Amino acid sequence: MTASPPHAERPDTAPRTLYRKLVDSHTVATLDAQNVLLFCDLHLMNEYTSPQAFTGLHEQGRGVAMPGQNVAVVSHIIPTHPVAPQLRVIADPPSALQAANLKANCDRHRIRLFDTTDALQGIEHVVAPEHGMIRPGMVVICGDSHTTTYGALGALGFGIGTTEVEHVLATQTLIYRVAKDMRIHVDGTLPPGTTAKDLVLAIIGRIGAQGARGYVVEFRGTAIDALSVEARFTLCNMAVEAGARGALIAPDDTAIAYVLARCPDLAGVWREPALAHWRTLRSDEGAVFDIEHRFDAADVAPQVTWGTSPDQVAPIDARVPDPAAMDDGPVRASAERALRYARLDAGAALEGTPIQHVFIGSCTNGRIEDLRAAAAVLRGRRVAPGVRAMVVPGSGAVRAMAEGEGLDRVFLDAGLEWRQPGCSMCLAMNDDVLADGVRCASTTNRNFEGRQGRGAITHLMSPAMAAAAAVTGRLTDVRRLAPPPDQEHPR
Amino acid sequence: MNPVRHVEGRSAALRLENLDTDQIMPKQFLRGIDKRGLRDGLLHDLRFDAEGRERPDFVLNQPAYAGASVLIGGSNFGCGSSREHAVWGLQQAGIRAVVAPGFGEIFYSNAIGNGLLLVALPEADVRRLMDEADAAPDNVVSIDVAALTLRSAGGVHARFEMLPRHQRMLLDGLDAIGLSMTYRDRIESFARAHWAAQPWLKDVARA
Repeated sequence: MTASPPHAERPDTAPRTLYRKLVDSHTVATLDAQNVLLFCDLHLMNEYTSPQAFTGLHEQGRGVAMPGQNVAVVSHIIPTHPVAPQLRVIADPPSALQAANLKANCDRHRIRLFDTTDALQGIEHVVAPEHGMIRPGMVVICGDSHTTTYGALGALGFGIGTTEVEHVLATQTLIYRVAKDMRIHVDGTLPPGTTAKDLVLAIIGRIGAQGARGYVVEFRGTAIDALSVEARFTLCNMAVEAGARGALIAPDDTAIAYVLARCPDLAGVWREPALAHWRTLRSDEGAVFDIEHRFDAADVAPQVTWGTSPDQVAPIDARVPDPAAMDDGPVRASAERALRYARLDAGAALEGTPIQHVFIGSCTNGRIEDLRAAAAVLRGRRVAPGVRAMVVPGSGAVRAMAEGEGLDRVFLDAGLEWRQPGCSMCLAMNDDVLADGVRCASTTNRNFEGRQGRGAITHLMSPAMAAAAAVTGRLTDVRRLAPPPDQEHPR
Repeated sequence: MNPVRHVEGRSAALRLENLDTDQIMPKQFLRGIDKRGLRDGLLHDLRFDAEGRERPDFVLNQPAYAGASVLIGGSNFGCGSSREHAVWGLQQAGIRAVVAPGFGEIFYSNAIGNGLLLVALPEADVRRLMDEADAAPDNVVSIDVAALTLRSAGGVHARFEMLPRHQRMLLDGLDAIGLSMTYRDRIESFARAHWAAQPWLKDVARA
């Protein structure tokens, strides 16, 4: 562990990074050279990392300091069977108890809850921005590592454990160790057939699963400017897979338009002061970053993971790496183990590897643009025989919007399951679990051993790539997918 | 939290890079509303095969290593999911310290908050400790939190770094929440000024 440059010792006039501005503007007290007491604007909770925090709070006779800055969503355990929202009953007794317990805790402390039968329920990181709860310049925390997502809107988001959840409930603050600054420049244009998912996988592949550990990453460059807000969510969401303590993109017109469209309270007198404040949320000219990386978006090809860590990734037209060609040591041992687990042979072509399952969803790729990208590939095509493919929208709102656009028909006509929202098979905490040896083309964020089910093999990729795999039953380069058999298929 | 001043115990090597918290505590053990029963889930798929039989080749299943309380792990130990159940499970299984070249950040915070001692050492030292543990199940590792030193019976003697705050939390067994609550007046006046400048952030969860 390396100590950060002392936060308090920098002169007030020095140019600051966006990250330091967000820390400074939320510092209640400087505790020591590395740590501040950080005010948290929004605390999101789920059903499985908060129960012990509430219990601890109650045992100490403590209350929730600021209930209006806290929100909870049942997201991880909820079954996603395609029944009406009001019929979404959790049959599994321990899971039902977790949901009931969350409701009791929220009722007791007057915390807003998106419960199991709420038509707007979904994955916490999809739900919160939809309702205008994420605004530029905020600090957002949650007992979930993918809270880095909110950097897409210029909000500092990061995951915490249950002990810290209890700390936030009691004080609306955290004891926060200030991270180092990393900047990743991405210029150029993403080629056709590639997305923010391919970009972030390529970045993780190069800098490694711990390449950003200890840092908050600011993404900038012409390729970032060109990304939609939803694509930026995908990028910032997966920064944690490089170990980042946070990810940020300075809010521009694209981000601000997204926020204003979801915040009716900002239509009136607050609009101008909010816009004026948000314009200051960028790194100053001359601000110093501890480390910088550069990428050219034009170099990015559709990516597929081959191993059991998100940095074990390659372009779809590459071959499975040969551990024997790696230096002897932990990286090689890890690659050998990963190939054994993933049942792949060194040197084999990635493309063409048969898959049995396709999962489209998650806080990484469960938003409307992701579903549109998958539907664009699936329209007029059919899921390959022997493949089970499911689409799990990120929220009830995403589901409703997709149905309004007829995407549900595209998925159903192609032979995919169109399910209710939740975290689902990203981590398989509900009943969406893969069997041993099943190989899955997945739009999720982690290909860890056993993540989607014991012995199940996960290949991470974009929604379009997962859709292409569904059609052929194999890992497939979406850029070279044959045209659908019936081009005249009605839309 | 009980103070942690000194940890001494037999060591076991887990030669796995990026040992994520999904592997340390798989999903099926995250379904409780308390902290009980997590010992059963610890490193489950590494300890048991698909039929639920103990894997005899896994180090913690070997009688000689059963009582180990110091784990020697690979780099990026505890990466991934924020689940604190991973820390609780390690502690319930009698693990009091983990030594590795580096740790996932959320895991690190979770460990310190629970008094699980984490020691980051250079890879060469970690590899030597692994070799010693594999060669001798009774290789005792002794860690002094006040002095920030680690010694092994096999001869490793290393100093390690730890943020003064974390060191103090371990040595004093601090209740961090109670301490932060003494800042209540400052937190409330901070919030008033914060919301005066940015009124659109007050009660934002009810937006």
